Amino acid sequence: MSELLSVTINGATNRVVRGTTVAAAMLLAEQPSRISVTGEPRGALCGMGICFECRAVVNGIPHRRTCQILCEQDMTVETSR
Amino acid sequence: MTRTEVLVIGAGPAGIAAATAAAENGCQVIVLDDNLAAGGQIWRGATVEEAGSSYRGDSTKRRALERLRRSGAGVLGGRCVFSAEASGTVQTSQETGSGSLVEQFRFEQLILATGARERFLPFPGWTLPGVFGAGGLPALVKGGYPVAGKRVVVAGTGPLLLAIAAHLTHDGAVVSSVVEQAPIAQLAPFAASLWAHPAKLVQGARYRGKLWKTSYRTGCWVLEAIAGSDGQRLGAVRVTDGTRTWTEPCDLLACGYHLVPNTEIAALLGCEFRGTFVQVDKAQRTSLPNVFCAGEPTGIAGLEAAMVQGEIAGLACVGVSRAPLQKRAAAERAFGDGMEKAFALRRELRSLPRPDTIVCRCEDVTFGSLHGYTGWTDAKLQTRCGMGPCQGRICGPAVEFLLGWRPVSVRQPLFPVPLQAFCFQDERVEINKMNEPIEEKA
Repeated sequence: MSELLSVTINGATNRVVRGTTVAAAMLLAEQPSRISVTGEPRGALCGMGICFECRAVVNGIPHRRTCQILCEQDMTVETSR
Repeated sequence: MTRTEVLVIGAGPAGIAAATAAAENGCQVIVLDDNLAAGGQIWRGATVEEAGSSYRGDSTKRRALERLRRSGAGVLGGRCVFSAEASGTVQTSQETGSGSLVEQFRFEQLILATGARERFLPFPGWTLPGVFGAGGLPALVKGGYPVAGKRVVVAGTGPLLLAIAAHLTHDGAVVSSVVEQAPIAQLAPFAASLWAHPAKLVQGARYRGKLWKTSYRTGCWVLEAIAGSDGQRLGAVRVTDGTRTWTEPCDLLACGYHLVPNTEIAALLGCEFRGTFVQVDKAQRTSLPNVFCAGEPTGIAGLEAAMVQGEIAGLACVGVSRAPLQKRAAAERAFGDGMEKAFALRRELRSLPRPDTIVCRCEDVTFGSLHGYTGWTDAKLQTRCGMGPCQGRICGPAVEFLLGWRPVSVRQPLFPVPLQAFCFQDERVEINKMNEPIEEKA
C-alpha cells in the first residue's frame, strides 16, 4: 500500500496517495480549482500546464498550476477566487 | 547563470533523442522541461505508484530514458521557459514550495523540442466540471485521479483517441464510445497507408483489441455537454452524426481536436515559419543558424518522427549528418501529411458555439461578444479574449478555426511570472510568496 499524505483542501482534510498531483487531489475532493471571472467553478482541463484552469492557492501562494505540483504532507490548498 | 554547449527545451521523445545524440558525441547538454519528469506527454509516467494504474513496459520509452541517463545530459524538470534570445540566453521560472525560482541559461546551440498541445474547440457546456481534454483526462489519471467505474465518452479527432480510450479502459473506466468527427471515407486512405508503418498498425490493433465493449463512431461529434440532475457537473453529452442526434449519459467527457504545435519560443526567437509550423532544413536547422527544432513544432507527425528528427538535430549540433536518418524522417513526415488530411476538421464544428458559449476560458469571453471584430488586436482590446494567464494558448487555435484569425505576435514573458523575474536578470533568484527576493546567488 502506498503512503498516504494529509492535505487540507478548502478547510477539509483529505488523504491522498503520495505522488498525487494537487489538481487530482482537488478533483477527488470535488473542489473547483478556481472560480472564473463570471463565477463558474473550474478545474483542470489540459492536465499538462498549458490551460491554467487548474490554478489555485497552494500554501498561501496564488496562481499555482496545480497539475504541475505534487501533494506534500500538510499542504493547504484553496480554490482561487 | 548556467552555461552549456547545447540547450534542449522539451524532454519529450524529440528532446530526449536530441539530447542523447548530442551528449553521446561529446557535447555538454542540458534539457529543460516544464513538466516534473522527462517523457513529454506521450511518455508521461504515472506519479502515483499503484499496481495496474498505468501501462508498464513501454520498451521504447524505457530504452530512450535509459540511454539519455547514460549519455550524461542533464535534465532539469519543472522549468518553465518564459523568455529566450537567439544571442544565447533562456530564462526559466520554477515553482517551489515557497515561491518561484528564476534561472538563466546560456547556450551555444539551442534545440527546440517543445511538442504540441491539444486543440480545444468550444461547444455549449465545455466549461462544466467533468469535461476534460482528450489527453488531459489520462494525464490527470496518471497524476492520481481515479476513473475506475466512471462512464466516459472520448471525443474529438485524431489517432490518439483510440489510445486514450484504451488507457482509460485499462484504468477501469467504462468508455461507452469514441466519437471521431472525421468521416470513414476520410479515414480509410490513412488507415490503408498504415501498411507502410507496421509498428503503428500493430499498435492500433492492440488498442482496438482492448476496446471490444466500446463503439468507435466515425463521422460523429459532440454538440453539447449537459449538466446532470445537480446542475453542477456533467451528466450527459449530445452527439450527432449530422442527421440524427442522441444523448449519451456519462460522468466524464475527454474531448480534444488533435494537436497544435507549441511554437511560442520559436516565434519569440524570430524563427521563420511555414504556415503554423517552424521551418527547418534537412538537419532540423531553423532560419537561425544556432537554433534547431525537432518534433511536432515542425509538423504534427507523431512519436517516430519526433525521435528521428531529434536524433538528426542532436547530431547536427556536432556537425554529423546521416542519410538513413533523413530518409526515415521523410517517410515519417509523409505519415504526418496523411494524418493531417485524415483528421481535417469538418466545417460543422464551426457552428458548435452558441452566442453565450465561452470561447476564452481565462476571461470568460463568449463567442457572441467576438461578433463584429475582424482580428485579434481589436478583439483583445475590447473583450480581453486571449489576454488571460494561458495567453491565448487554448482560445487562439479555436478562434483561428472558428473565425480565421491568425495570431498577431508573441512577446515575453511567455508564461505569467512574478514581476521581480525581470529585475534580477543575471542572478538565480528565489521569489517568495510576498514576491520579495529572498536569496541571490551569482
